[in-house]
Amino acid sequence: MIKHFFKKLGFSQAPFAGGIQPDMRKETEHSPIEVCPLPPLLIMPIKQHIGQACSPLVAVGDHVLRGQKIAKAEGYVSVPIHAPTSGQVIKIEDYAIPHPSGMGLTSIFIEPDGLDERDETLKPIEDWQHTDVSALREQVRMCGIAGLGGAAFPTFIKLVQDQRNPIETVILNGIECEPFLTNDHRLMVEHSQKIVLGMQIIMHMVGANQVIIAIEDNKADAIECMKKAVNDDDMGLDIQVLSLPTRYPQGSEKQLIESITGKQVPMGKLPMHVGVLCQNIGTTHAIYEAVILGYPLTERVVTISGDAVPQQGNMLVRLGTSMRFIYAQRGLTDFDGLQILHGGPMMGERLRHPDIPVIKSSTGLLALSQDFFREAHPEEEPCIRCGHCSEACPISLTPNLLADHCRNEQLEKAADYHLFDCIECGACSYVCPSHIPLVHYFRFGKGQAAQVRREQGFAKDSRERSESRDSRIQREKDEKAAKRRKVRATHTPTPAEPNQGKE
Amino acid sequence: MLIHLSSPHIHGGDSIRSQMMSVIWALMPAACVSVYMFGWLAVFQISSCMLACLATEWLTLKWMGRSTSPLGDASAALTGLLLALTLPALTPWWMTILGGIFAIGLGKQVYGGLGYNPFNPALSARIILLISFPLQMTTWVIPLHVQLSGLNLYDISLAWTLFTSGIAALPQAVDAMTMASPFGYVKTAWTQGIDVNTALQNYHYSYLNAFIGREAGSLGETSALALLLGGIYLLARHTITWQIPVSFLATVAVLAAIASTVDPNHYTPPLFHLLAGGLILCVFFMATDPVSSPVTPVGQIVFGVGCGIMTWSIRTWGGYPEGAMFAVVLMNCTVPIIDHYCRPKVYGQPRKKA
Repeated sequence: MIKHFFKKLGFSQAPFAGGIQPDMRKETEHSPIEVCPLPPLLIMPIKQHIGQACSPLVAVGDHVLRGQKIAKAEGYVSVPIHAPTSGQVIKIEDYAIPHPSGMGLTSIFIEPDGLDERDETLKPIEDWQHTDVSALREQVRMCGIAGLGGAAFPTFIKLVQDQRNPIETVILNGIECEPFLTNDHRLMVEHSQKIVLGMQIIMHMVGANQVIIAIEDNKADAIECMKKAVNDDDMGLDIQVLSLPTRYPQGSEKQLIESITGKQVPMGKLPMHVGVLCQNIGTTHAIYEAVILGYPLTERVVTISGDAVPQQGNMLVRLGTSMRFIYAQRGLTDFDGLQILHGGPMMGERLRHPDIPVIKSSTGLLALSQDFFREAHPEEEPCIRCGHCSEACPISLTPNLLADHCRNEQLEKAADYHLFDCIECGACSYVCPSHIPLVHYFRFGKGQAAQVRREQGFAKDSRERSESRDSRIQREKDEKAAKRRKVRATHTPTPAEPNQGKE
Repeated sequence: MLIHLSSPHIHGGDSIRSQMMSVIWALMPAACVSVYMFGWLAVFQISSCMLACLATEWLTLKWMGRSTSPLGDASAALTGLLLALTLPALTPWWMTILGGIFAIGLGKQVYGGLGYNPFNPALSARIILLISFPLQMTTWVIPLHVQLSGLNLYDISLAWTLFTSGIAALPQAVDAMTMASPFGYVKTAWTQGIDVNTALQNYHYSYLNAFIGREAGSLGETSALALLLGGIYLLARHTITWQIPVSFLATVAVLAAIASTVDPNHYTPPLFHLLAGGLILCVFFMATDPVSSPVTPVGQIVFGVGCGIMTWSIRTWGGYPEGAMFAVVLMNCTVPIIDHYCRPKVYGQPRKKA
């Protein structure tokens, strides 16, 4: 309260609105990244990012090399997919992807040959400092890099120099505010030099000079490592390693920008409209590998944690590896009565079974015991309007009122209460003393609204179809009549008066 | 059990019960002071009122065929405690029980139970009682009457007699034991043409006594100190936010300060307003009742200011000596509309409404 007051008066740095301080349970923060062995089968869904799905470039029976493009990007918001190792394509068919519904998507099945031979088509760009920015951008795109913080937005789209909205500040997002997850933390501790190189490439690409490496203060060793690593910077950048108080959801792009700059990204605009570019630590590392080594994105660091995992830790996992295989590496083979989450506990999806491949957006794999899970989902009680949800909301929504509108399917009212600005961070549900699954209602509301839009679109389409059909029939009738008139006019020289009237 | 598919999959551990219990703990200083000031009478009043509330909650839930698990969330117990603390020490026992029944039955369950009541249940019961039984509800026992009346309320049998048979049991003692509250006294004096300062002198009013709880008043309303302690506890525990208490108290103080500066003979000074009657109890425990107050921060300030204006107006010009309760109930009616218009600006929303 006093902090809030001081913030209003401008005495202290302005953090983002709302937020919570969950029990972070970073039990894996001191577990070094271990390399996960090659699994017997790799399954690559053709869409692992936000945007359009890719289309397969290989056929069953093809031999592929590690890093070979196996599906090409379709449309602008899309990045290609590469074979995670060398081997043979054994089938291409629908397979489950990490999604709570258990839905499937076309996937390419690769049986590794164990040689792990690299495809050398993509060359490293060693002299990136003197390379054209658009060539680097193409390299990042061709390496299939999408945001590794969980959203998996194609990275190359953000790496632009726009004259109207020049990027002044680049923020490296090392916040990792989700409980349990420590993959970015370990990357910063173990590969700080590579991250700084990746950062320099980003700075060169967007033409900015100021960079802030934002890390929450619960990762003291990561701050230490990054501070040491930035001393090697030879580009004369204005680098600041910033320690921020631990608060969820600070790692969310817009919240982080507010925390650091005090500016809010206007509704419907992008961070670049306030002169900021945010890049995740894992993504920065991937950019380093793509440009300096010429390696496409075929593996990522995944945190395997949760109270049901015997040996929690971080692993460097090939994309397409089955979760069951990864859990088995950590000593977990019996999933009876366990709950599996893809991502962190605040925003992660609950999966129905572990036979699902790791994809580009897989930040963590959690296995929670039934007791743990039950404790987190007690029975819903009536809202007592305590307002804790409004205080926790980083977007300043009024979640309890919004949830009422969603529950009652008053979708217009819900939209008026900014349903579509909700980032589903889960802070409201976390603090709710009545255990109301508020985010669940918001997802329901959004789903209903999308359904309504689809139906309206369908109705509009069919109306247009029927209108065009009517007009076509009318036109054909008119044409026929005109033709008939013409024929009659030529074949009957003197038509009778009444006949003409009938026509 | 229903397993939600939806994240988040961890929870902060807060519950309705923990919220209610923190308010009950916050009321403990006031309850202890009331026991100290009024002896066994306070114990009887508080326990009978809480029992009446719990019994009514159980009966209504049974009657409606609902699960009786909400009994465990401590909200009915809280309502009972809160209502008891607003009652005069000599309230007849049946009136206390009736109050408990009103509070839970008419104040809460008829609307659909916890979370759906437009008014604070304890407050609505207290108002029903005040309007129905104005005499009994404004007969206040002088705190620490031991020295004053020669009666010892720490004597459990005497207290029991007073509680069960009411004032009628000892008519001769009643005059010695009871008196008007400072507010009522000043108001009556004003109608007789006596100015405020003289009236307060005649009453032997002392700010210190009012602060620690030695002026006449309801069980838990006498000690501003104990209530403030509870309020600070609630703020520290983050059960309530500062917006309503601060804006409410500030509005009353500012209005009283302006009026008493303009005409000190007619209008009572601000400190008197703040310490008198049930204002502090109302501010920290009634106005901040989450169910019946706004959820938006700006809305809470609007609500608090509204309560302050109403309180001061009713106290100054109204027929009842105490206005805080009425003010809160009247403002409770406006909560939905306040919430609708005071929604905070969401992230990235332009200043001007598009």
